[in-house]
Amino acid sequence: MLKDFFGKKVKVINLGIASFAEDLRKQGVETVHTDWRPPAGGNKKIQALLDKVASWQSKVKSAKGAR
Amino acid sequence: MVISHLIKKQTYFDSVTLMLIGSQVKKLPGIDSTVVGMCTDYNIESLKRLDMYQSSFDGLTPNDLIICIKAADKQTADAGIAEVEKRLASRKQTSGSAELPPSSQEEAASRLPEANMVVISVPGEYAAREAEQALNNGRHVMLFSDNVSIEEELRLKTLGASKELLVMGPDCGTAIINGTPLAFANAVRSGDIGVVAASGTGLQEVTSTIHRLGCGITQAIGVGGRDLSEKIGGKMTLLATRALAEDPATKVIVMLSKPPAESVLKTLYAELKNIDKKIVIYFIGADPKAIEAQGFIAASNLEDAAIKACDLSTGKKHNSETREEQIIEAASGSKMTGKHLRGLYSGGTLCDEAQRLLQPVIGEISSNTPVKGCKEMPDVYKSSGHCIIDLGDDNFTRGKAHPMIDPAYRSERMLQEIADPETGLIIFDVVLGYGSHLDMAGEMVAAVEEGRKKSGRNPLLAACICGTREDPQNYAQQQKILEDAGIKVFPTNVAMVSFARHCLERNK
Repeated sequence: MLKDFFGKKVKVINLGIASFAEDLRKQGVETVHTDWRPPAGGNKKIQALLDKVASWQSKVKSAKGAR
Repeated sequence: MVISHLIKKQTYFDSVTLMLIGSQVKKLPGIDSTVVGMCTDYNIESLKRLDMYQSSFDGLTPNDLIICIKAADKQTADAGIAEVEKRLASRKQTSGSAELPPSSQEEAASRLPEANMVVISVPGEYAAREAEQALNNGRHVMLFSDNVSIEEELRLKTLGASKELLVMGPDCGTAIINGTPLAFANAVRSGDIGVVAASGTGLQEVTSTIHRLGCGITQAIGVGGRDLSEKIGGKMTLLATRALAEDPATKVIVMLSKPPAESVLKTLYAELKNIDKKIVIYFIGADPKAIEAQGFIAASNLEDAAIKACDLSTGKKHNSETREEQIIEAASGSKMTGKHLRGLYSGGTLCDEAQRLLQPVIGEISSNTPVKGCKEMPDVYKSSGHCIIDLGDDNFTRGKAHPMIDPAYRSERMLQEIADPETGLIIFDVVLGYGSHLDMAGEMVAAVEEGRKKSGRNPLLAACICGTREDPQNYAQQQKILEDAGIKVFPTNVAMVSFARHCLERNK
């Protein structure tokens, strides 16, 4: 429930603009900044294929979990 | 002119870092143009448009960095490249820790498994993919990225709502969650007012005013400008409002947005009527009577929304920080040397608010983002008559950092407006808080002084400061910098606009 999240400490994964993570760290917020770069070297075709594989893996994982 | 360039393969920096460095290096003597960016389609187009494209750029990918500089001579261009490299190296050092940073969300999550929020500001075409991953792993999302399609937004918000996870955005610049300001937000004390907003600077103006009036907030949840559209159906507004309704710490709820789509409004009103808490609504540009007729408290502007929320929070009457008599007195001694008003805004909602408040009084106003009754500027780069401009709009920010971060274009425009004999009064905002420039007042004053010196003109100037005394910029110092330069300073946009109205009426 969203209301249960209210009042909890915010802990952040930051993807993209590095200064957002720096501001959060200065405030004492636990933050991991990611050295993000376009997946598959920016090649959209390969990226789409990787996404398909990831989605397939996740389906297999949840099917195994359901057994 | 000579062009020098440097390609750094497989080297990635975020766009804000690169645009800011490009803009700073462009100011160096002898440098004509700079393109510092990842090799995206947009940057390739910019290079071609500026006649800076080289055949050696063929085949580069968005993972490759290009530094390209056009300058008066080779020595200056090369020195520019060296300066960019120096600044990039210092960025790596300041952000670097002993440990190499993770290179993916998955790896980041393995370092901080208890992370409950993912802030995403990667290029729009990749943003939905990252947001979906975050939601599937049970994490809330703040989606700062723009250029996310409405279809992707619907998909993400449907997923988020089904898991009771926030999807704040896309194009959401401001949120304060559990006391933590995210992206562009102000240092606002905790209290009992919960805010749900589809407007970034609107959220900043209201939360900062609540703080300065002595009250505080529980949550300030940004939902993105399209949330109350027919297609999205208010998915996040409804989720956030329900949660605030059940939150024992929240006593008053404030809602800010453009008027919702008719079909969404019905659902929203039906939902809000079941909430046993006071609700203040400011649907920008909507008729307050229609909101009151539904049993809610209608605000007439951003300042009014903050005042009404504080009244309900404390049970005591609050007033504007600037009395009307003070504004009239400030305007009474002000003589305009030109007939027209020029507004140079970095905050979109503040620009919108200024147009709405002034149009019925001063008549014809042009803008690049005109509200009902105002005209579209035929050329956004050249003002004529009364103009109120949103410099954060896409026209001005394509390939450049937002004017809250990078004052370069607003400074240039300030010089242009001061020199224009039509200009009698210039109004502008200084937005403080996390994410914003650390000395916007200083940058604006430098531009004003240069403009006055070059043109010999001295139009009236007024600024409003959106922020709190707890913000990283030092509110009092920013105010003093502006006042020392002869600029009238107001705590809210509404007060500054009222000053402008009095000046224009006196100088008709």
